[in-house]
Amino acid sequence: MPATAATNTFRAGPDEDGHFGSFGGRYVAETLMPLILDVEAAWSQARSDPDFWSELRSYHVQYIGRPSPLYLASRLTEHFGGARLYFKRDELNHTGAHKINNVMGQALLARRMGKTRIIAETGAGQHGVATATACALFDMECEVFMGAEDVERQRPNVDRMRLLGAKVHPVTSGSATLKDAMNEALRYWVSTAETHFYIIGTVAGPHPYPQMVRDFQSVIGEETREQMLRAEGRLPDTLVACIGGGSNAMGLFYPFLDEPEITIYGVEAAGHGIDTDAHAASIAGGRPGVLHGNRTYLLQDDDGQITEAHSISAGLDYPGIGPEHSWLHETGRVQYVSATDTAALEAFALCSRLEGIIPALEPSHALAFLATIIGDLPKDHLVVMNMCGRGDKDLEAVLPRLDAMGLL
Amino acid sequence: MSDRLSRMFARCAAENRAALGIFITASDPDVDTSQAILDHLPGAGADMIEFGMPFSDPMADGPAIQASSQRALRAGGSLARTVGMVRRFRDRDGTTPVVLMGYYNPIYSYGVARFLDEAAVAGVDGLIVVDLPPEEDEELCLPATRAGLPFVRLAAPTTRDSRLPAVLRNASGFIYHVSITGITGTRAVPTDLVRDAVARLKAHTDLPVGVGFGIRTPEQAAAVARVADAAIVGSAVVTAIAESLDADGRAGERTVPAVLELVGSLAGGVRDARR
Repeated sequence: MPATAATNTFRAGPDEDGHFGSFGGRYVAETLMPLILDVEAAWSQARSDPDFWSELRSYHVQYIGRPSPLYLASRLTEHFGGARLYFKRDELNHTGAHKINNVMGQALLARRMGKTRIIAETGAGQHGVATATACALFDMECEVFMGAEDVERQRPNVDRMRLLGAKVHPVTSGSATLKDAMNEALRYWVSTAETHFYIIGTVAGPHPYPQMVRDFQSVIGEETREQMLRAEGRLPDTLVACIGGGSNAMGLFYPFLDEPEITIYGVEAAGHGIDTDAHAASIAGGRPGVLHGNRTYLLQDDDGQITEAHSISAGLDYPGIGPEHSWLHETGRVQYVSATDTAALEAFALCSRLEGIIPALEPSHALAFLATIIGDLPKDHLVVMNMCGRGDKDLEAVLPRLDAMGLL
Repeated sequence: MSDRLSRMFARCAAENRAALGIFITASDPDVDTSQAILDHLPGAGADMIEFGMPFSDPMADGPAIQASSQRALRAGGSLARTVGMVRRFRDRDGTTPVVLMGYYNPIYSYGVARFLDEAAVAGVDGLIVVDLPPEEDEELCLPATRAGLPFVRLAAPTTRDSRLPAVLRNASGFIYHVSITGITGTRAVPTDLVRDAVARLKAHTDLPVGVGFGIRTPEQAAAVARVADAAIVGSAVVTAIAESLDADGRAGERTVPAVLELVGSLAGGVRDARR
């Protein structure tokens, strides 16, 4: 259970209104607000109920396959010639990504609330697949909103969702990607709020979602702490994770935020480059605003209109970031950096060839950033990168690109 | 400022009728056409205008108003332009209240203090900001009220009695009852439920109660007008704009008249409702 009372801590947020510093909050229409408060009340009760956590932990072990290994990537370590690189292997979870950690928690919460109909948005499809999976297990009705463009570039995950019994709604409005899927999921929830539970896939949305999703994902960092102590007898020196909304990153970072000697990097998607208008780096290229229920860094124009993000990775293709990340950026606790589409593709190929691990495009961004610093770090330096998803879903999109780059 | 709103409601009450509120999105389908529609709405029978501030991600709106917002943004719509259009409207109309309606981010981006100053000077009479519930009143509701701009609160079918005092606490201008559990323009107003909903609100507030989300026809407007202080129509109006456009999405000579004819028929419904 996360600490909430201490001072001089980066782990005390959010406050009771859902604020991390000036970020977060509950910016939703009145129609939804009573339902958000219901979720908050149920979550508050579940959060302090040991039975809730012990049930979730049994699913971790029996169903998700936790703990995921902390693996020393020795060939990549040798290749880079610097720090020791460990992967937190969340791509080995059931359904192939970290998303299931959060979904099982929220599905159990929905069940406690007596809700049997579930809504989710998805970008890469990993959250949609995880939600469809939990809904199959718990006999819940599942409707997933997915940008029409993402339906095309993540076809295998669409097929998996359908096989698992979920209904996939392709969303054609706006840029037809994750932002629009979330708009449409929220609209649908407004129309069905009395009966449906919305399982948000990342550390965004109105309070209590950013806190709730962080708490469910924190198992990643908690395991990492124990595993690293066992493997090396001490804590890691550097943590790295990719960031779209930022749930895998919050999960890894959160248990370490109050260890000031640990350097933490969040890697945003730089698309064609931060200096172009085709990227998804909301901290590097955005400013604070209000969208999807919270105040956070957003890609937007001078008039406050949200602009379209771009990333080769559907899971990072989002013009915002979780509000706690915005706060960690402004406090300077976490450094937010970025990696381009091209760099991520190179890392995708490199990791596959050297480690026999086909990473998802999302963590390929984290590895691509690491490639720029790890060689200069001392050999006794310990780096943990969250391998938050596997790349099977990306092959169709990636292979022609790798072929063109001469990397096949 | 707020005087225009309260005088309008008093005027309608004296005539024993409800007010007709008409929503259009500023700059839809283009700035000049939108200004022409705005300028002529009072003459066509609108008692109050909800002037939409276009936004890229209108999360409480259905397809019709989403499309309207997109047309406005493509035509160069912006918050500054929206306020400017109200200023021009005020050159010719000093009595019809104009309430700006939209989402918070463009206002936050513009700067709350600057926005409130300019909106008040331009002759704006109130604000409806969909994604600011009472939990976030410090953001805009309280500063707006201090600046003399009423902050119109939405109440929904999901708003329970226990929550009503919080919803009504800092409300001013009027209360906007969202008649359906859903987004704009996607379901018909349940006229049988509106009477009780309005009565419930009236038991908690002396402010006028307007009803919107789902009124499309003069008959529906009349049914609402029998029990509420205002009937508000939006999606049907912007749909009339959409249907008048040519294949390239440009306004034609039918655009302004099509909207004004619809408003005229809605006004007829509202004015005959209690006879």
